[in-house]
Amino acid sequence: MSSAAAAKFNKPAFVVCEGNEAAAIGVGLSRPDVVAVYPITPQSSLVEHLSQMIADGRLNASLMNVEGEHAVMNGLQGVALAGGRTFTATCGPGIAFMFEPYVRTPGLRLPMVATLVTRDLLSPQCVWGGQQDAMVVREAGWIQMYCETVQEILDTTVMAYKIAEHRDVMLPVNVCHDGNYLSFGVTRVELPDQEAVDEFLGPPNINWHIALDPERPMGVDPLTGGAGGPGPRNFVRYRRGQCRGMQNALRVIREVHAAWGERFGRYHAPLIEEYRLDDADTALVTIGSMTGAAKDAVDAAREAGERVGLIKVKTFRPFPIEAMTAALAKVNRIGVVDRSVSFGWNAGPVYQEALGALYLTGKQIPAISLIGGLAGADITAEHFARAIALTREAQFGRAQEPVWLNEND
Amino acid sequence: MQRQSRDHFDASTIPDDLAPIATVLSKMLPGDWRSLRPVIDRRKCVKCALCWLYCPVQCVTVKPRWFEFDLAVCKGCGVCAQECPQRAISMVEEAGR
Repeated sequence: MSSAAAAKFNKPAFVVCEGNEAAAIGVGLSRPDVVAVYPITPQSSLVEHLSQMIADGRLNASLMNVEGEHAVMNGLQGVALAGGRTFTATCGPGIAFMFEPYVRTPGLRLPMVATLVTRDLLSPQCVWGGQQDAMVVREAGWIQMYCETVQEILDTTVMAYKIAEHRDVMLPVNVCHDGNYLSFGVTRVELPDQEAVDEFLGPPNINWHIALDPERPMGVDPLTGGAGGPGPRNFVRYRRGQCRGMQNALRVIREVHAAWGERFGRYHAPLIEEYRLDDADTALVTIGSMTGAAKDAVDAAREAGERVGLIKVKTFRPFPIEAMTAALAKVNRIGVVDRSVSFGWNAGPVYQEALGALYLTGKQIPAISLIGGLAGADITAEHFARAIALTREAQFGRAQEPVWLNEND
Repeated sequence: MQRQSRDHFDASTIPDDLAPIATVLSKMLPGDWRSLRPVIDRRKCVKCALCWLYCPVQCVTVKPRWFEFDLAVCKGCGVCAQECPQRAISMVEEAGR
């Protein structure tokens, strides 16, 4: 379809809403069969918007009342096995309670979509944003995409279904948006047309690989592995297939983002966004909603004549190794800003992974870890200006400690 | 009856490394890994059927005057011996197999 025809068909509408409502609208447009969500701060208003949509008849889905997040994921696995499109959302202690069935979902290759309204983990007690919950589950096998804006939440939520259900992927997707900052941040959002989304997504076919079929009786998830017999090679075969699905996702995520841009006119960077990077000497690496303030700080530094750019990570799982390596190869020093910590490295998780990608560039350049925004703390343009200044002074080698951006706030 | 499965559900098109499924019935029975075997004292058994009710693998079989166990299926958990009000069941170590 030509872009003019698409624009005519699309009939954009605008609403002013918070990030949680944008996610709920994205879910509604994707027409799930069953929604099961257990409320938890800062995700609760997402549940309220979804239940209201179902109560008003705007979304024709079953709302499954469950006693907790563990039941949410177990119930939705049954729905997906029966062929239903599903949705849930959680964060923080909620995902901790969901963990057992959560880690099982990718191995069953069930293409679910779940929003993580990211929240810092207890203790110390807090109910505010941070990405520790999502970073803890980064090796669970779910695809993770981190949104920067409220509009991107809506668009990514719809795209997530297309990515998850692609036959070369068949993996669950976490759409992550920062608790408090994006969940309650209110902006103008452009709505795609329902018919256009229907055409974009196509009819769901969730369980083509695992459907209960009297003509093909099967046991789902039988005992595999062990030390002898055919177990180990079966386990390796399924694990390897899962890893291949993850790598295929890198291609599918790019394709789906390109198709979304073509259809709806909004192009979001699918894996890595390079911002003012081409002649940059120094780069900040960011993830999630902090990127807006970081771009402001980069702009200010540019106006002062400094060659500073920015690399934003949108897709963190699978890690976009090639895109990240290509971006890192352009600069001579980096400062990686994390909204969570890696206790093992005494640094941030994104920093760790950036170091892995740096190895593939063959360059030994200064790289420092900066941690901010924990438990709802604000990372302002001033914090990022300090981050840029510290990165410019950075020396090659291991720092004993990360820079704690909010230590004096 | 209307066919419920989709026409395009063609098993040969499904990659064998996607989701773990089993289509061949395993002949392995719980008795294969038993380490303790239940032995019934026929004089004590009153056929109250509590063992029959409690047995997780349903291996208790009915005889004219007592209850017996299908040892191919019994996994040796000992729930029957624990629950028997007559203390008619004892768990004996498997040896020499």
